[in-house]
Amino acid sequence: MIPRHLIIAFAVLLAVALGLSLFAWHLRKNATAPPPAAAVDTRPLAPPVSGPSERVVLFIAHDDDGTLRGESAQIAMPSGRQQRAEELLRALLSIYLDKNSPHHLGAGAEIRSVYLVDPGVAVIDLNSAFADTHRSGVLVEELTVASLIQTVSVNIPNLLKVKILVEGKERDTLAGHADLTSYYDVAAVNQLATQLQNGQ
Amino acid sequence: MPSTSGRQDSNGCSPVVAEVFRLRTLLRISSLLFVCTLLVSGAPEKHLSVYSTAANYSVPLVQREGHDYVGLLELLEPLGRVTAKADNSRWRLRYNSVQAEFDVDKARARIQGRDADLGGKFLIENKRGLVPVGSLSALLPRILGGPVSLHEVSDRLFIGSVATHFTASLSGDNPPKLVFHFTAPVNPTIATDGGVLRMTFSREPLVGPASPTLTFGSKVISSATYLESNGAAVVTVNASVPVIALFANEGRTLVISPTSTPAPSTTPAAATNPPPTPPPAPAVPPPAAPAPRRYFAVVDASHGGDDHGETLSTTLAEKDVTVALARSLRQELESRGISTLVLRDSDANLSVDQRAVFANADHAAIYIAVHATSSGHGVRVYTALLPYGEDDRGPFRSWITAQHPTLPLSQSTASAVASELQKRQLPVRTLSAALRPLNNLTGPALAIEVAPQGSDLSQLTAPDYQQLVTGAVATAIAAVRDQLGNAP
Repeated sequence: MIPRHLIIAFAVLLAVALGLSLFAWHLRKNATAPPPAAAVDTRPLAPPVSGPSERVVLFIAHDDDGTLRGESAQIAMPSGRQQRAEELLRALLSIYLDKNSPHHLGAGAEIRSVYLVDPGVAVIDLNSAFADTHRSGVLVEELTVASLIQTVSVNIPNLLKVKILVEGKERDTLAGHADLTSYYDVAAVNQLATQLQNGQ
Repeated sequence: MPSTSGRQDSNGCSPVVAEVFRLRTLLRISSLLFVCTLLVSGAPEKHLSVYSTAANYSVPLVQREGHDYVGLLELLEPLGRVTAKADNSRWRLRYNSVQAEFDVDKARARIQGRDADLGGKFLIENKRGLVPVGSLSALLPRILGGPVSLHEVSDRLFIGSVATHFTASLSGDNPPKLVFHFTAPVNPTIATDGGVLRMTFSREPLVGPASPTLTFGSKVISSATYLESNGAAVVTVNASVPVIALFANEGRTLVISPTSTPAPSTTPAAATNPPPTPPPAPAVPPPAAPAPRRYFAVVDASHGGDDHGETLSTTLAEKDVTVALARSLRQELESRGISTLVLRDSDANLSVDQRAVFANADHAAIYIAVHATSSGHGVRVYTALLPYGEDDRGPFRSWITAQHPTLPLSQSTASAVASELQKRQLPVRTLSAALRPLNNLTGPALAIEVAPQGSDLSQLTAPDYQQLVTGAVATAIAAVRDQLGNAP
């Protein structure tokens, strides 16, 4: 005959083991489930910007009529030229990644960096999601490229040429059409922006 | 030590005589081998000339087991996307979506699961798969999905309907002129030797008349013969006096006339070799004269092969629409008397550099790239947005800004095209674009991007809509033809 105190001790231990198992399962479930907000919002997090708010002109592409329009915006701008260029393009991207965007870019599109490497030369480095998810077409790609270059060159004076890289490397085209192998001539892009102001 | 001087062999010869005989025999064999080696090394290398809508090229032939063999991979590479893998004695080939398997030393292959007879053993040398040339007429239609014509004796292969035909007729009596009309522009190598003028067509898919010898009943220019050998076609004109060849009609017409005849108002060919004596001044081409253009217009169906372009729908890729539009544009241009080449007339991989090189080498008067899109409405006409430039170096133009001198003419042509599209009630825009290879072209160049008029994407594949667009483009090109023809 098993002593009574042993049966009680076994029952208590069993109850504790079951309780701990349930608790561990609950913790595991919470740990694996993704936070609901992160799955929806893929926009890049804006880095903390210190500096006064400034009025700048962003050149925004509109797919409905195939135009590029300069629109003023008030954004906080850092003092360094390079940081200013990055901030401008991130502000532009936040518009394109919004659900009501006039010119949609793919989820995860981001500007990695902007380098002002030489007097008059800017290098815009996109992430791979920017190019890989970009829609293909001569005009739709041209609108993106012109929007980036025109926004940087109008707000950062004295730029002569702009190179676009993807993940730090040269790529043939943005999405099958817009050439990324050469330096864009800022003066030529300014003229193109004028052409693009008039829609179809 | 035994002496050998007095010994005789079974033939009664002394050993010294036998030794001398052996040495002489060895010397003769060595000499024979040396002469054979010289003959073999001096023999011209055989090659197979291939003519197709994508490219004209030649591939080397090797002789094995009494047959001419060709590397299948080298042969197919310019025509489309091709890969090969050697696996022990098996060699697997993939051309676009067609799969073929070959076994070493076997005379049968399997293409898409069906047997094919090679007429000789399949060989692998340095991982190159070699097939007998004679098997190409059976193999290639199944791999390429279209007809081919093999001229096995002359090592010439015609893929698709690419042949250039010609007629020859005598005109005028004093002095007579022999006029050749070709169905496509030609640029043969010409050599003269007294009254014999020999034209060698190594790059043109020229095919001969029904009879290889044409007689003209003239004492001055008596006959012409057609002959094919080693990948080329040769037309020989026999005359009793020295003659000279002059090109006209953008390389489609060749006029043979005695050298004493005043030259007609035709364009002399850069390739023409003037006869030795006396060289007539008007017929000597200027040193800087450009090569004659084979086609007035080059229409480039953009994308192709691995490059699908925009995915217009789940079943429709941009590369397929551009080919259809390019063919339609060729038809419209040719119906207006403009010789036209479609640069990509199949699902071939062609880099933008290759497209530019081809159009530049051909001195096309106008290059038109065709794109299609699902976004927007109507047609956009683009000219080059030149990148930040490098300077030209002496006579060499910068590759990335080669379009620079011709850009104004390209822009005026684009305006003419846009104006004609507008007349047909099509929404149209003219823009500049960083769209290669526009900036690499030395002649007038533009691109059109065709979108549906409304939201119905199926319009892109509708022949009526395609013809509406291409008809307008062709009408505009025909209207500015004189301007384009005078372009450098």
